Amino acid sequence: MAEPHGSTASGHGLPAASGPAGSGTGTATALLDVQGLSASYGPVRALDGVSLRAESGRITAVLGANGAGKTTLLRTISGLVRPTAGHVVLDGEDITRAPVEAMVHKGMAHVPEGRGVIAELTVDENLRVGSLFRGKVGREEFDRVYDLFPRIAERRDNPAHTLSGGERQMLVVGRALLARPRILLLDEPSLGLAPRIVAQIFGLVRQLVDSEGLSVLLVEQNARSALSVADTGVVLNLGRVVVTDDARTLAADEDLRHAYLGF
Amino acid sequence: MEEFLSLTLGGVVNGSVYAAFALALVLIWRSTRIVNFAQGSMAAATTFIAVAVIDSGQSYWVGLIVALLAGLVMGALIERVIIRPVEGGPELNAVIVTLGLFIAIQGAVALFAGVNQRAFVPPFSNIGYEVREGFTLLSLSPNTIWTVAAVVVTMLLLIALFRFTRLGLAMRASAFGQEVARLLGVRVGRMLTLGWALAAAVGALAGLLIAGDVSFISPTFMDQLIVFGFVAAVLGGLDSPIGAVVGGLLLGLALNYVRGYLDDSLLGMASLVILVIVLLVRPGGLFSTTPARRA
Ligand SMILES: Nc1ncnc2c1ncn2[C@@H]1O[C@H](COP(=O)(O)OP(=O)(O)OP(=O)(O)O)[C@@H](O)[C@H]1O
Ligand SMILES: [Mg+2]
Repeated sequence: MAEPHGSTASGHGLPAASGPAGSGTGTATALLDVQGLSASYGPVRALDGVSLRAESGRITAVLGANGAGKTTLLRTISGLVRPTAGHVVLDGEDITRAPVEAMVHKGMAHVPEGRGVIAELTVDENLRVGSLFRGKVGREEFDRVYDLFPRIAERRDNPAHTLSGGERQMLVVGRALLARPRILLLDEPSLGLAPRIVAQIFGLVRQLVDSEGLSVLLVEQNARSALSVADTGVVLNLGRVVVTDDARTLAADEDLRHAYLGF
Repeated sequence: MEEFLSLTLGGVVNGSVYAAFALALVLIWRSTRIVNFAQGSMAAATTFIAVAVIDSGQSYWVGLIVALLAGLVMGALIERVIIRPVEGGPELNAVIVTLGLFIAIQGAVALFAGVNQRAFVPPFSNIGYEVREGFTLLSLSPNTIWTVAAVVVTMLLLIALFRFTRLGLAMRASAFGQEVARLLGVRVGRMLTLGWALAAAVGALAGLLIAGDVSFISPTFMDQLIVFGFVAAVLGGLDSPIGAVVGGLLLGLALNYVRGYLDDSLLGMASLVILVIVLLVRPGGLFSTTPARRA
């Protein structure tokens, strides 16, 4: 069974003002607690009793080969796939059966695999969809996202289908940020991107985590990059957790790397 | 020259009616990717409801409002109860369901209102203005002006809704990116219901405008319109309200020239020829190039 790594789950001691966190040790609470989650597509069992915790103000990477169940895990957490067993607990609240539409209200934003830009809408409209559920949102919040991603600022009135792959990834991350999530679920943000852009996006996510106390559950096949930015790593194989450990420890484990991470 | 002017004006009037009908089809297509073959009989039903209201002594305008409200309710109910189960499934299922609806609603209308034609009095005079001594433009009458104006205003309202309101953005996000919209908290189901409700209301308007134009109604009086409305919608790209209106106007003009310079009997064939040419030359419709499909 998977042992959640180094978590003491003692709620307090965490600075209320989001700040330091960093990748040091110390107290961290499990913002998202996944307990024994199983899910199937008909006869295909994609998740088999997966347990993991994403701690507050940390990046938790979920790694594994094609078909390991990473996408299914995120989709089950956000309600797009209904689990056959297990629970999803967000900040103490059981959200296992909550409707998909409610997740973002609870502070969870899921950026799905394959850069879910809405091609027919403009860049700016795509961003606005991210904040729709919050009602009227000040222009300065959009400007902040455009400051983070100057590349898409120039294209704000263009239809999203005219963006490059990297720009689309920036757009969907920016859109998710406009939902003001406490936890961000990212499904393979590196897919098909040049290493430089991957580094840029990962660096930015790290920065947001450190400066704003954002929590991230990062699904990646690109284990090397993911482990270099994450605090904790969870390795999935055939729908089960193989190991959960400190990201640096995992990256240093040569046998594990060869067996499951491909680098 | 005078004949050309007359035919052109007539084409604009007919075209605006096709446009209204195409708008209704587009609203449903963009929200649920379903071609609503029941649009015509739904509009016939709301028109008969309006006529019942008018028969009871109310004005045309009260009848119009009741028809629009009836359309909203009917569209919402049909989406929720009948369409929801086939949404996202095989396309053929949805086609069969809307065809079945078409027959069922038409039957229901005939049951309540009888199968015979009856006269319909338009809200304004259908007598053309005499623009010059001895030259009356038949297609420029108070009623045709109302018809065109009503369609233009409806289109502008829809564009404003889609482009400038958060509700409109939520509807477009639901239409074009269902899963993403849900993940971002948009109540997609409600938006789809709203899309059908709006479409049926626009269809109800189209029904009353056509009734005023041809001055009679029967349970099947909208049947021919489904072909023209569909061609107009495809001309415009099926996704775009502006496209629907431009497509409707172009089709109205083209068909009126055919009617005037060739023969009345060629109308059905002409509209199919136009459809085939458009699908061959521009499969996505006239409004589908790089500036992209926009509201
Ligand atoms: N919609 C589906 N219907 C049936 N089986 C599916 C479906 N989606 C995924 N699966 C199966 O479930 C298993 C896990 O798939 P999943 O997409 O979660 O893997 P993944 O780890 O995200 O892989 P990748 O790295 O390729 O994205 C695979 O065996 C896959 O074939
Ligand atoms: Mg995946």
